[in-house]
Amino acid sequence: MKPPPFEYHAPRDLGEALDVLAGAGARGKVLAGGQSLIPIMNMRLASPEHLVDINRLHELDTVEETAGGVRVGALARHSRVERLRAHPLLGQALRLVAHPVIRNRGTVVGSLVHADPAAELPAVLAVLDGSVRLATAGGTRDVAARDFFTGPLESAVQAGELAVSAYFPNTRPRSGTAFREVARRHGDYALAGVCAVVTLDEDLRVERARVACIGVGAVPVVVDVPCERRPAATVGWDEAVRAVREATDPEGDIHASAAYRRHLVGVLAEQALKEAARAAV
Amino acid sequence: MQPYEVTLVVNGTARRVRVPARRLLSDCLRHDLGLTGTHVGCEHGVCGCCTVLLDGEPVRSCLTFAVTVDGREITTVEGLAGEDGMSPVQRAFAECHGLQCGFCTPGFLCTVTALLRDNPAPTDEEVLEGVSGNLCRCTGYQNIVKSVHRAAELIAEEG
Ligand SMILES: Cc1cc2nc3c(=O)[nH]c(=O)nc-3n(C[C@H](O)[C@H](O)[C@H](O)COP(=O)(O)OP(=O)(O)OC[C@H]3O[C@@H](n4cnc5c(N)ncnc54)[C@H](O)[C@@H]3O)c2cc1C
Ligand code: FES
Ligand code: FES
Repeated sequence: MKPPPFEYHAPRDLGEALDVLAGAGARGKVLAGGQSLIPIMNMRLASPEHLVDINRLHELDTVEETAGGVRVGALARHSRVERLRAHPLLGQALRLVAHPVIRNRGTVVGSLVHADPAAELPAVLAVLDGSVRLATAGGTRDVAARDFFTGPLESAVQAGELAVSAYFPNTRPRSGTAFREVARRHGDYALAGVCAVVTLDEDLRVERARVACIGVGAVPVVVDVPCERRPAATVGWDEAVRAVREATDPEGDIHASAAYRRHLVGVLAEQALKEAARAAV
Repeated sequence: MQPYEVTLVVNGTARRVRVPARRLLSDCLRHDLGLTGTHVGCEHGVCGCCTVLLDGEPVRSCLTFAVTVDGREITTVEGLAGEDGMSPVQRAFAECHGLQCGFCTPGFLCTVTALLRDNPAPTDEEVLEGVSGNLCRCTGYQNIVKSVHRAAELIAEEG
């Protein structure tokens, strides 16, 4: 299990990185934390001709808290973002990503670009309506979460583009969040998972509830769930659970059948919604 | 795809190696530097026995290219012992039978060394979370958890 040979590039700044990526085109790949790319290369499932290592681009090792949300630079590693407690839902999700040692290397932006259908962070970006900023030598563009995840392990990043940051908007006032998942073993990718955001009105009645589900579709499945405008503690989530099960289209594999995943995602949605509603009060 | 000159500060000593870009840090340590204490099990990040400290932080050496960490400090299991013998974490594992065959042990020792530095008195739950990324096929983990708590005691006693 050794990675195939490749041409290695270690740019010192963003401009140089973008030039190298432009030159490499479709034959190039970005190396961030390597916690997904290197296993894939070790297993010979990928053999990029050019690897552009961004680990020296310290200018991208940033976490900026703005009035509206948190912007995470491409070199900000999971463990650092988790420690900074910059965003409650992002923190809840990060604790479920792999193991602490993997999180010492893995980057938040890398997890988004990798776009595993069972990964936690894409769901967080999706449920919050966040976005990813992509750069080429020619300029930058922001891609909204709903357009960013295009398929299993596929994102909107084009050849020659570098994802420079991701933006996670804050939740509205009187909101609570939660992330629930079930994995076969601690730290594994989940069989299914649900993150929820519940927002209350001024009288502390549920105004809006939204979930994003993982492991049950090609991309994170976002559902604005129907909810009764009632005090958080008294809301029944049966209809929400039904809506979630209807919106998802899980596949079966050796780990779990499609029917089990569909059942599970409903149970997790109810738990996550209840927890988020409690946290919102 | 010419070889790269890489300098790694391994266990306090600067070591120069010429390696191809695809050389995993685990293989660089074992084959190029002869430090076979770092073990290799799965080579995809799951088992944890290749864990080393990179500038003090535990990382998977099988998921790191040596060229990426040019100039950085690496601590392997060979570097944990001090001048007066084994480190408290190593002694605790020996004392509490935290190992049987020993294959997983280098990874546990590196992981736990960093864990106790950041959290000198972890709860059971924090210990479990801390070592959750390291697999052991022999011990059943009970004695590993005991070893971590014992190491915390030793470190506290010895200041
Ligand atoms: C044992 C184990 C368990 C894991 N469990 C989980 C889990 O439970 N949940 C989970 O979500 N993940 C899990 N992972 C994956 C891990 O979290 C990865 O770190 C993460 O998915 C990718 O981040 P990275 O920085 O390591 O990216 P890399 O591995 O370096 O890159 C991943 C992909 O994204 C591209 N890329 C990365 N950064 C950029 C950028 N800035 N611009 C353009 N392209 C870029 C790369 O070219 C590559 O295609 C696990 C990994 C391991 C080894
Ligand atoms: S060999 Fe690195 S984690 Fe198994
Ligand atoms: S002691 Fe044998 S694998 Fe842990």
